[in-house]
Amino acid sequence: MTKPWTPRIVAFFCNWCTYTAADLAGVSRLKYASNVRVIRLMCSGRVDPQFILDALARGADGVLIGGCHPGDCHYVEGNYKMLRRFELLKRMLVDFGIEPQRVRLEWISAAEGEKVKTVINEMTQQLQALGPLGMPQKFTAWDQELEHLAQAVQARDAAAGPCPTHAAPSPTPEVVHV
Amino acid sequence: MSKPKVAFYWCASCGGCEETVVDLAEDILGVVEKVDIVLWPVAMDFKYKDVAALPDKSIFATLLNGAIRMSEQEELAVLLRRKSQYLIAYGACAQLGGIPALANQFSREQVLKFNYEDCPALANEAKTRPQAQFTEAGRTPHLSQLHHVVRTLDQVVDVDFYIPGCPPTPNLTKAAFEALLSGKLPPKGAVLAPDIALCDECERKATKPTDVAFTEFKRPHQGLWDSGKCFLAQGVVCMGPATRSGCGAACTSGNMPCTGCFGPTSRVRDQGAKMLSSLCSNVAAKDVAGIQQALAGIPDPVGTFYRYGLAKSLLRRRVDLPA
Repeated sequence: MTKPWTPRIVAFFCNWCTYTAADLAGVSRLKYASNVRVIRLMCSGRVDPQFILDALARGADGVLIGGCHPGDCHYVEGNYKMLRRFELLKRMLVDFGIEPQRVRLEWISAAEGEKVKTVINEMTQQLQALGPLGMPQKFTAWDQELEHLAQAVQARDAAAGPCPTHAAPSPTPEVVHV
Repeated sequence: MSKPKVAFYWCASCGGCEETVVDLAEDILGVVEKVDIVLWPVAMDFKYKDVAALPDKSIFATLLNGAIRMSEQEELAVLLRRKSQYLIAYGACAQLGGIPALANQFSREQVLKFNYEDCPALANEAKTRPQAQFTEAGRTPHLSQLHHVVRTLDQVVDVDFYIPGCPPTPNLTKAAFEALLSGKLPPKGAVLAPDIALCDECERKATKPTDVAFTEFKRPHQGLWDSGKCFLAQGVVCMGPATRSGCGAACTSGNMPCTGCFGPTSRVRDQGAKMLSSLCSNVAAKDVAGIQQALAGIPDPVGTFYRYGLAKSLLRRRVDLPA
């Protein structure tokens, strides 16, 4: 029996505010959806847009970024840098056909354990309604159009039989799908 | 002793890469002296069946340019991989997808419909589209089929080396031939160009501000640019910081910003995301409205940041299209 699908969320939380808030939510025994995988970074300014795209490409259904409130960044400017990237990334993801609800930026201070809970629950609910993004499955589906030729080449080689002028067939397939 | 065999092939490309081979000028004589060309559709008359008849791995090196977009290109890529000791992705399209990969923002149906029905410059009232095969006068010709997805060469077959650029420069091409023929080759998978950002060889480098703060972004046609000052300091999107050097900063020397054709350096996986990150971080505004106003100067982020690299980007393609 397979378990019913639930969203997978990758969360990048800053060390000084949001990660501490998630800790607070934990010690306060607040219950929230278990769909997030939290990655602690020193600052939301460390979140390279590559991380977000890579998470989505590897099967995340959504990405949540948590940082200190504006003006509170431990490194003064880091959360502003993230906010600026987020504004353009949001627009670019729409051009890629990805729903804006899948990537979310929230300011959560170290005292806001309750907000960690509401944000995660709300996002989980929204993604549950949207359904899976399923990039790895999409990559496989896109590359099915390459299978036909690989099969045709194999069939032709099998029909031709071994040939003295040709090198022995390589043990690894010649057609790779990245 | 027979000379090493070399093949050139083109896939979804404009012919600019072939032009670079011709641009070797007299140096091409030195290359031709040392090798036998066995396939070069743009310049010489060899047939695919001649290549198919060669023993496997008997071609020393194949330089393949263009993205893989049609079944014929895929078939030749597989054939040339099989026949070649070294398969080299030559130019931005083979390495990253190039301009043709911008079609990954649209479905095959959208592309075909526009080109055979909606294009304003078209006279095709019957709305005829190319068929995979058709019968006329008792013969049944087969035509190549358009794939749904535009791919880089290494998304179809194993690739040994990459020569970047749109097009690659004659200097890089010559250096690559010298490396190949002398056997002094870098590790497999290497890009045969310097592994440092374009800014390093840009003559405007000295004027690149350390504390750039963008209040607005302008596109190249929206102003007259100071030819001695860093484009970023003038508020123009220049892909230099996220692009590999090796072109001799040809565009910035011609007073045009870099558009990123050499792709990222080895430390970066996704050129567009990295450039977006770098530019946005340095916007001056701190409030959402101000940030959005400044970023309004970049109306097409995909076309700006992935002009040559969409097929090789992390997402590869608009995600909601059919396959």
